[in-house]
Amino acid sequence: MMRVEVDLPGRVRADLTAEAGEVVVVIGPNGAGKSTLLQAIAGLAPGRVSVEGEEWTDLDVPQRRVGYVFQDQSLFPHLTALDNVTFGPRARGRSRAAAEAVARDWLERFGIADLADRRPRELSGGQAQRVAIARALATDPAVLLLDEPFSGLDVSVQMALRLELGRHLRDFPGIALLVTHDAIDALTLADRVLVLDAGQVAQVGPPAEVAAEPRTPHVARLVGLNLVEDGRDLMAFTPDAVVVSLAEPVGSSRLRWHGPIGTVAPHGDAVRLLVHAGPDLLADVTPAAATELGLVPGLEVWLSAKATAVSRYGARDRPGQGGR
Amino acid sequence: MSTPRLGRAPAVLLVPAVVAVALLVVPLVTLALDTPWRTLPQHLGSEVVRQALAITALSSLLTVVACVVLGTPLAWLLARVDFRGRRVVRALVLVPLVLPPVVAGVALVTALGRRGLIGEHLPFSIPYTLTGVVLAHTFVSLPFYVLAVEGALRTHGASYDLVAATLGADRWTTFHRVTLPLALPGILAGCALAWARSLGEFGATITFAGNYPGTTQTMPSLIYVALSSDPAVARTLSLILLALSIGVLVLLRERWATPR
Repeated sequence: MMRVEVDLPGRVRADLTAEAGEVVVVIGPNGAGKSTLLQAIAGLAPGRVSVEGEEWTDLDVPQRRVGYVFQDQSLFPHLTALDNVTFGPRARGRSRAAAEAVARDWLERFGIADLADRRPRELSGGQAQRVAIARALATDPAVLLLDEPFSGLDVSVQMALRLELGRHLRDFPGIALLVTHDAIDALTLADRVLVLDAGQVAQVGPPAEVAAEPRTPHVARLVGLNLVEDGRDLMAFTPDAVVVSLAEPVGSSRLRWHGPIGTVAPHGDAVRLLVHAGPDLLADVTPAAATELGLVPGLEVWLSAKATAVSRYGARDRPGQGGR
Repeated sequence: MSTPRLGRAPAVLLVPAVVAVALLVVPLVTLALDTPWRTLPQHLGSEVVRQALAITALSSLLTVVACVVLGTPLAWLLARVDFRGRRVVRALVLVPLVLPPVVAGVALVTALGRRGLIGEHLPFSIPYTLTGVVLAHTFVSLPFYVLAVEGALRTHGASYDLVAATLGADRWTTFHRVTLPLALPGILAGCALAWARSLGEFGATITFAGNYPGTTQTMPSLIYVALSSDPAVARTLSLILLALSIGVLVLLRERWATPR
């Protein structure tokens, strides 16, 4: 089991426990402290860390058994792909031959054995990131830290690499922490999602639960849900459950809002509106309806939602979920 | 891409600029023109010139070695280790950069001369030896080297050091497997600077190590002596140093070894 407590006044105040074999995806807006959490585990930022009963807090960075995949492409530019992956096992005391065997094995597993002799600048973004992940795993770490490993890659490359990483993470016996700002990472890779917001843990839970009942506007936006505060409750509903009209809707539903249209953009085979209606809300309408109603930015519209289409849940974290 | 037409350069700026170029170039051109080319091989072959050439070559080479061995760790320390008084150390290290070389020579005599504070306790004598020449050259060249290498270490970010640390590398492993190879262009530039500085060193050398043909007489010292006795020899030797200096400049401009 790993236990991390990070308390950097004014920046991050978060704690986290994770079990071996677990993949925790850390999600949250920029500046929420996601990277700081990873850095604390690796010893690059201050924080209390213990892993499998071992106290890491006072260990130097090289003594901590972590594998770190950095956000920017951080392969050593003067070393070949093979030498990059060999570096870790060598630094941790393996013989040159043993380290190279380990490295070749990892390149093989990522399907890039034929690129072993290339230097980083001769690799594509996706290939370089595979080498970086192989390099992090080659030291047999207790904790694997991945800081936005797919950022800066083409969308198609991202998806292929995401699925591939998922396979490797299933076999990985240690704890994996992945920082992302992409909901799809959380949904495809996570056993558990940790939502950071303004340096605090806002929510922890299985990905399906976090996606269905987001507690922060950031996550709601990532999974494409409208999130409205209602007293001590939160209400989440999908944009296609929202009815758009020019006149105030009749009936007694409290679930109605009024405001100007912010943006109009195609979304799949529908038209997605962003309406500044007190809270910003998303609404999907058919293209025909959009034309008929003359929906353009600036137009004042009414939005309403059926109570049956809205999921309502407590705004506070339930006890025992590890949030603060 | 063409330069936008902003109008003619004003004479107020143009004239001083031309004067500046003339000031820098004309003496060098006259030196080249006035060199007795026909007698050049004969001058070069003379015993005293060959000795001075050899001492200059040897001492500048040893100076570069001393700079690499001592200066690289110092540059690393200044660039990578956050210790108390780092700013003070950096400032002190750079003093010889602006110090008049003759003052450097006097300082060396005070410290390491035969009656110097440290020198009088030494079982051997440093002044008026080749060791003294190298010491004086290193004293004035080291700051150039440290400055160049520290700059290279800083620009080739510390981020790779962090990566190496997360892979389990201690600082020595990181230094020789990551930091050093990445800073190599800066180290070569630093060598060129130190070598050029050593090549022309005169003030500190003649003050601390004297001007003995065959032991401590370097090219600049010989030129100084020859200028009054045999100006043709002085001009010949000067031309050789000019050629070497231009060579260093070209090497530096090509960055010697551009990172591949």
